[in-house]
Amino acid sequence: MKNALGSVDSVLLLGGRSEIGLAIVERLVRDGARRVVLAARGEAEEAAVRLKNLGAEVCLLDFDAARPETHGEVIDSAVEFAGDLDVVVAAFGVLGDQASYEADPVSAARSMAVNLGGHVSAGLFAARRLREQGHGALVVFSSVAGVRVRRANFVYGAAKAGLDGFAQGLGDALHGSGARVMVVRPGFVVGRMTEGMPPAPMATTPGAVADATVRGLRDGSETVWVPGKLRPIFTLMRALPRSVWRRMPR
Amino acid sequence: MTFLTGWGRTAPTPATLVTPRTSELAALVTGALPRGLIARGLGRAYGDAAQNAGGVVVDVAGMEARWSIDPGTGVVTASAGMSMHDLMTALVPKGWFVPVTPGTRHVTLGGAVAADVHGKNHHVDSSFGAHLRSLTLITADGTSRTLTPEDDLFWATVGGMGLTGLITEASFACVPIETSRMRVDVERTRDLDHTLELMTATDDGYRYTVAWIDLLARGSRMGRSVLTRGDHARRDELPPGADALAFAPASRLAAPPWAPNGLLNRLTVRAFNEAWYAKSRERTIVQDLAPFFHPLDFVDGWNRVYGSRGFVQYQFVVPSGEEATLRRIVSRLSERGVVSFLTVLKRFGAGTPGMLSFPLPGWTLALDIPAGQAGLAGLLREFDEWVAGAGGRIYLAKDARMRAELLPAMYPRLPEWRKIRESVDPEGVFRSDLARRLSL
Ligand SMILES: Cc1cc2nc3c(=O)[nH]c(=O)nc-3n(C[C@H](O)[C@H](O)[C@H](O)COP(=O)(O)OP(=O)(O)OC[C@H]3O[C@@H](n4cnc5c(N)ncnc54)[C@H](O)[C@@H]3O)c2cc1C
Ligand SMILES: NC(=O)c1ccc[n+]([C@@H]2O[C@H](COP(=O)([O-])OP(=O)(O)OC[C@H]3O[C@@H](n4cnc5c(N)ncnc54)[C@H](OP(=O)(O)O)[C@@H]3O)[C@@H](O)[C@H]2O)c1
Repeated sequence: MKNALGSVDSVLLLGGRSEIGLAIVERLVRDGARRVVLAARGEAEEAAVRLKNLGAEVCLLDFDAARPETHGEVIDSAVEFAGDLDVVVAAFGVLGDQASYEADPVSAARSMAVNLGGHVSAGLFAARRLREQGHGALVVFSSVAGVRVRRANFVYGAAKAGLDGFAQGLGDALHGSGARVMVVRPGFVVGRMTEGMPPAPMATTPGAVADATVRGLRDGSETVWVPGKLRPIFTLMRALPRSVWRRMPR
Repeated sequence: MTFLTGWGRTAPTPATLVTPRTSELAALVTGALPRGLIARGLGRAYGDAAQNAGGVVVDVAGMEARWSIDPGTGVVTASAGMSMHDLMTALVPKGWFVPVTPGTRHVTLGGAVAADVHGKNHHVDSSFGAHLRSLTLITADGTSRTLTPEDDLFWATVGGMGLTGLITEASFACVPIETSRMRVDVERTRDLDHTLELMTATDDGYRYTVAWIDLLARGSRMGRSVLTRGDHARRDELPPGADALAFAPASRLAAPPWAPNGLLNRLTVRAFNEAWYAKSRERTIVQDLAPFFHPLDFVDGWNRVYGSRGFVQYQFVVPSGEEATLRRIVSRLSERGVVSFLTVLKRFGAGTPGMLSFPLPGWTLALDIPAGQAGLAGLLREFDEWVAGAGGRIYLAKDARMRAELLPAMYPRLPEWRKIRESVDPEGVFRSDLARRLSL
């Protein structure tokens, strides 16, 4: 249960090796969370050991975002271990490369199945559980890339645009149930996903994204922009004429 | 679904709130899984004890009520949903007073048993459970059992926070009184040591004692207090012609429906504390029961003054001999300038056999703190460790933020309690948000 000062007891991370996701979980554990489920497609031992050293009980589950038929079971197993899920963080995603997507359309559709399709099934299964418990928060990782889709990464951007809309709709569907959805929209995050790419202006870090997310959870925010100044900037960006927007280099 | 919170107005969760007839309770209890059921009285526990996210909450205060008294012995048998206010209104004019009353009359009998509540007379009379003769409890299988102090389940239920079953009725012994007035001595102390010294030396001369501490006073005045100590006034202490047993607490004022966050800040609280301390010169007065026992009840819904973020009450007890821990906490609070509008210190006497009862012989301090105060979570967690280390504990009826880990150290009889609960409610029909949060 989230307590009176905003600390939680349990957290499920979908995309159990995500750099941002783990930074969030680590903060929640330092703040008192004791039951952690890392649902990952690969090996997450190292992270598990680190979290155990911070005092948490950790359960590892196999999770493949591209296999929606397994997602119900993943949520059930997480509940079996942790009881009520206070926070579910959906942090999986693949960035990919726009040129490669254009060269290999099948790979583009596959990334879409993870970045959007996987969130739809995992998100709906998680939301069903949160609704039953009457409390809990689902954190969905959108991106400014989806706020206005750019020519330079429109496959990824379109998935995030779809995901952002889905998450807002899901949040509205949960309104009044005690459970909620929080949408996080980071800008460019210097980290594992963007390794080797030159940072965009106003780039941030996984730690800063995690700090803002934890603050948002505590305050009950619906939407979190990281850094916060991206919100007014993107209000302007959305108003730019297509002829200008089309020429955005990246 | 109805969103419920405790008195501190933090962490709301939705539940199906029902007001059944007594005859409907059994079916309700046996059909309550998967999310379970919990009893709710008047919602005066500060945290999440009477909440059950996604499950059923039974509004016991709204259920039909009966009561009777044996005029020979003063033993009262009453429905669990009756409030202390109702009981006092019925009993005081007949010359009886409840054996223990918390700082508000607006709690139910069921809530008083489930939290094994204490009052200003704890050092003499212990807590509510010590005066109980029997309980009627609906357990997870839907049966109604009558329990006496000979039963283990009785002492798992006294202080058991509603987690052993739903109390429908209780019998308890009342105290005879000649008047509905209190003779009260007021005295100020210089600092914390002076407060402890005076309470230790003079407590036994009075049935009711409490100290209000000015937490914002620092340095040599740290822990300065206003001590009030009283007894039920005798008939001959009242002016001739007075209606000796009149009980009609002044009608209540309503707090404004909304207040900005931060209204109670260091400046406003300091001003209030200064004024209170200054006006509390040494004197002896005769006053009515209500202003002595329940001064806060004069303002209806005063908890809204803390704004939308609500507030937490931190109440702990440390055993006698562990005054150093008390001092350490008070000085840290005063050093950090923690804003606590009402800080109350009380010396406890012997506890009851309640397995999860809070009181133990020693010192209890209770503070109300706005939930938005920066650094609060970490500070209180540190205090939890000190309190547990000193053999003390946190009061579950007030708690809204503690972690499960320290509970076994604070409540050493937890395993015994769990075993009984497990045998009487193996599937965990009776559940609350507090139980989930603390893995009770
Ligand atoms: C201003 C103020 C001053 C206070 N002062 C004191 C004090 O001096 N000393 C003290 O000890 N406490 C004090 N309290 C706390 C209060 O006495 C307890 O929290 C009490 O339990 C509240 O009773 P309630 O009827 O409001 O119960 P609720 O808050 O509704 O419920 C509290 C607990 O009791 C259980 N419960 C209630 N009814 C039943 C039932 N019929 N069967 C089974 N379980 C039940 C609930 O499940 C829950 O766990 C104070 C509270 C306030 C707001
Ligand atoms: N980094 C940024 O600049 C940035 C900006 C805005 C938004 N975001 C979003 O923030 C979220 C977290 O990103 P991050 O920075 O933490 O990146 P990250 O470390 O790369 O994390 C993404 C995780 O998703 C997992 N994943 C990918 N495909 C999966 C699949 N089919 N099944 C299960 N898991 C899969 C990856 O698993 P493996 O470890 O096994 O590869 C990886 O652990 C993502 O949704 C991302 O789109 C990131």
